[in-house]
Amino acid sequence: MNSLRPTHPKEVQEAVRSHPRLLPRGGGSKPALSSPKEGQVALELTGLSGVLEYNPGEYVVVARAGTALAELEALLRAHGQYLPFDPPFVGQGATLGGTVAAGLSGPMRNRYGGVRDFILGVEFVDGLGNLVRGGGKVVKNAAGFDLPKLMVGSLGRLGVLTELAFKVFPYPKATATLKVAFPNLGEALEALYRLAASPIELYALDLVPPNSLVLRLGGLPEALPARLERLEGFLGRRGERLQEEAEKAYWEGVRDLRDFGEGYLVKVALTPRHIPALEARLGAAPRRYMSAGHLLYLAWSGPVEALDEALRAEGLPGLILRGVVANPRIGLNSEGTFGLKVTAALDPEGRFERYAAPN
Amino acid sequence: MTPALRELEILFPKGLLHRPGELAPYESDALTAFRARPLAVVLPESHEEVVAAVRWCQKHRIPYVARGSGTSLSGGSLPVEGGIVIALNRMNRLLRLDPKERTAVVQPGFINLQVSLAAAPYGLYYAPDPSSQPVSTIGGNLAFNSGGAHCLKYGMTSNHVLGAKVVLPDGETASLGSESLEGVGPDWLGLFVGSEGLLGIATEVTLRLLPKPEAYHTVLAAYDTLEKAGEAVAAVVASGILPGAMEIMDSLAIEAAEAAVGAGYPREARALLIVELEGEAPEVEAEAHHLEQVIRSSGAYEVRVAQSEAERMKIWKGRKAAFSAVGRLSPDYIVQDGVVPRSKLGQALAEIERLSERYGLRVANVFHAGDGNLHPLILYNGRVPGELERAEELAGEILRLCVALGGSITGEHGVGMEKRAYMPEMFSPTDLEAMRRIRQALDPLELSNRGKMFPGGEPRPPSGPHPLERAGVIVRE
Repeated sequence: MNSLRPTHPKEVQEAVRSHPRLLPRGGGSKPALSSPKEGQVALELTGLSGVLEYNPGEYVVVARAGTALAELEALLRAHGQYLPFDPPFVGQGATLGGTVAAGLSGPMRNRYGGVRDFILGVEFVDGLGNLVRGGGKVVKNAAGFDLPKLMVGSLGRLGVLTELAFKVFPYPKATATLKVAFPNLGEALEALYRLAASPIELYALDLVPPNSLVLRLGGLPEALPARLERLEGFLGRRGERLQEEAEKAYWEGVRDLRDFGEGYLVKVALTPRHIPALEARLGAAPRRYMSAGHLLYLAWSGPVEALDEALRAEGLPGLILRGVVANPRIGLNSEGTFGLKVTAALDPEGRFERYAAPN
Repeated sequence: MTPALRELEILFPKGLLHRPGELAPYESDALTAFRARPLAVVLPESHEEVVAAVRWCQKHRIPYVARGSGTSLSGGSLPVEGGIVIALNRMNRLLRLDPKERTAVVQPGFINLQVSLAAAPYGLYYAPDPSSQPVSTIGGNLAFNSGGAHCLKYGMTSNHVLGAKVVLPDGETASLGSESLEGVGPDWLGLFVGSEGLLGIATEVTLRLLPKPEAYHTVLAAYDTLEKAGEAVAAVVASGILPGAMEIMDSLAIEAAEAAVGAGYPREARALLIVELEGEAPEVEAEAHHLEQVIRSSGAYEVRVAQSEAERMKIWKGRKAAFSAVGRLSPDYIVQDGVVPRSKLGQALAEIERLSERYGLRVANVFHAGDGNLHPLILYNGRVPGELERAEELAGEILRLCVALGGSITGEHGVGMEKRAYMPEMFSPTDLEAMRRIRQALDPLELSNRGKMFPGGEPRPPSGPHPLERAGVIVRE
């Protein structure tokens, strides 16, 4: 397989200019998005690595796109900070660029938002080989088109990411988790809605089928015991408490989507309203609804067409992360001329994979 | 009346303004130094009527600007001379409010503050709170990605818009985003929000509502130097507390706010710091204890804690009124909203003070300290020949300063007409060219809000006293 490993943005520009079809690739933790097809040159970006700017007092970090999440996370942790969108696949070698291009966030996105809410700046090589910057390196900026957000979920189709700036936050000084089982899905969902509309601030609000909620609190250690009591009072039932190291290990496993077993690993964007109908369709597929029912990760062992159809029936878009497929985008794909025109503006010669809508 | 205008009149029998007296209120927005006379104003009442207006402009190759309440501080809703203003004030309805899913669907002319008022019975609110929120519209907030005092923790407008139905410059309708906080595929909505009306007009906007915090803890600290207030902010950040808002006002801004609304601020303070914690009651209580220690050791000579919601609102009233209050100190002012890295705040303020002396113009400072978003208000008198030009030059130096310190020319007001000449300070020709390609892909004739955001383009409209003022018909205090 033909592949290139640039170590400088200039080499990325040269690569784009000299190859008609390319597929950018980071750590390879999402093979459905990073396996080159016939005629595509793989652009290995792990050589474009390293943190460029980090001053903890600014809540901003700037790094090359090929930087491993694990490396960045270790640096942030050493200063009591973190990426609040809680990206998955840290342990599997995921990079910053791959995370942005795939548009992936994890369970703790529930507290402050997803990757789109924390990306501040971007540098990328467009389809003409131009090195383009958008956004900035400060926590607030409204100058120019918001190209950083545009890149979230772009799957490499608008350009090759070379540098990224993120807003970061202080990591909660203490965390605690409550696992609560309900008699049935309906009651679990009802509790999910009540919690999401309440002033209770949860770092994670996950629904684990068939009927459990897993809730993570974070903040000052002296307030946690009272908050756990209040949480149980609010729900009107007791839960299983996880604390200290066991709690941290539990969430690392959840965040890296480790317990899903074999099959296609799929992200679905949804709202909790869709959950009852989906539950009726997904059978035994391992799955977990995160961020108050707005983000579903599932493993699918059946034919991908069946899942595609199920998502279409519910009007939901899905993205296959693991498993070999012709097009990782399944389910609803309602992209219209807006997207086509913007894509043509940044990649007029069609060097990047477009994952066009099949319908 | 030209045939083209007659055609427009048929499309808008009850919603066309074209007589000079009718057009006057639309000639300017909150950047009052700029003015331009449009050919006509249309007042659509539906998505279809916006489509009709855009198609008419496309057919006749006439540029247009969509407008809400005209509160843009960057001249974003300034008309194009001889163009059309698509005023969205009649599209001002709340279409749906779903407390369970925590969303509100509104028309673009719906007022920001009204969203929170409508959501209040359900314990919900709409987070972005620009100071203009009692009058500014959601459509304008979306176009300019408006901010407010709570951006560090909760983000800007873009972080609270879930979806939008938009009219593209070719008259086609697009639906961007969804009701989910997550998405698959490029974030087209993320590009659209903050595009300053250059990529189309939103006619229906789905907003995300948040649960109202259970408790607030609002602290007002007075300092004898601006520097100490700035250091206090750094100390709060270093303590690991993430307040909902951190605001600083300097002595000139304090004086203005006191004169305007009598917020009860310590008048002799050189700087006031407002820090607000919010969240679950036990957490806020614990954080307040830590905050108290940080503020106590920050050199504040007076510290007040709001003991009631009324006291809290009073503290905020002064801050929110600061802009308009400065109008009492000076006939005219320019507001900048450059951003600097938080650690450079002290340096930036000292430099602004030096520039103020050099230009002989007073500068009041009110700023979102938590996110380094400055708001220097440059006071000038438009009737003194050359003073506006000096004020603009000073403003330009402040913008360059922000970029040189690693920041941005605008945190929340947008580029608009005002700052387009400074875009090259922040972006390279290649960056701007890529943005321009996106613009032209959607609007090859560059009709939609022509002349904004990008440097060059339309000549700058005339500035100076209003013609009616020059003629002695109106006077300013």
